[in-house]
Amino acid sequence: MAETKKLAIIASQGTLDWAYPPFILASTAAAMDMEAVVFFTFYGLPLLKKEIEAKVAPHTNPAMPMKMPFGSKDFQSINWPVPNIISGNMPGFDSMATSLMKETFKKKGVATIEQLREMCQEAGVRFIACQMTMEVFGFSKEEFIDGVEYGGAATFLEYAADADISLFV
Amino acid sequence: MENATNNETNKENTIMSAIAATVELDCKGLNCPLPILKTKKAIDGLQSGEVLKMMATDPGSVNDMASWANRTGNEVVEHSEDGGTHTFLIRKK
Repeated sequence: MAETKKLAIIASQGTLDWAYPPFILASTAAAMDMEAVVFFTFYGLPLLKKEIEAKVAPHTNPAMPMKMPFGSKDFQSINWPVPNIISGNMPGFDSMATSLMKETFKKKGVATIEQLREMCQEAGVRFIACQMTMEVFGFSKEEFIDGVEYGGAATFLEYAADADISLFV
Repeated sequence: MENATNNETNKENTIMSAIAATVELDCKGLNCPLPILKTKKAIDGLQSGEVLKMMATDPGSVNDMASWANRTGNEVVEHSEDGGTHTFLIRKK
């Protein structure tokens, strides 16, 4: 095989749905014998916390299908028409939607974010936390999982300059 | 005609069983990217030339296994499908 391919990802979103792509791609890249680095910045930074509290916010995703993870196949295929005025204002709606999404993913055999993150680290994917975001949002290193590196834009770009694939999520 | 088809199937089965798998990996019910991640882990535990038998129900695993093998240099020596279950025989490079 030719020289090792390199993947560079910026993870800037912290909702449950957007938390998936960086971890899926980085873990798969490692499984395909590539080097992978994920730079966590802004709202993506909390994905490095020991306890991931990511939720999904349906009112920010108007095209998101609202489906039930239980009942008959026909019932599960119904796309519930929930207007934004309700999903954006009803207390607890995001928590409910998050539970439904997690349940659906579990039933479909999709890994949890925590599992994928662990598999990334096992496979040697490097995680870099944005130092500036840490200061701005007041995070401390103790809140984060072990094995995280800390750096800024230059740290990411030094690696990304030689990367074959660079993605901003 | 029907006989001919059956013979063909039997022949395939004979060829398949002729390749002995060192390790079996059950990825049934799992979705992307877990079958690939688990396959990689299992392959890492094998010696060069040994064969992994992986079973998956994720329809996306067919194309994904081919791409994974293409990049890593491991070889999918056999792929068959029965009632939605895909069986891959992968020889470690």
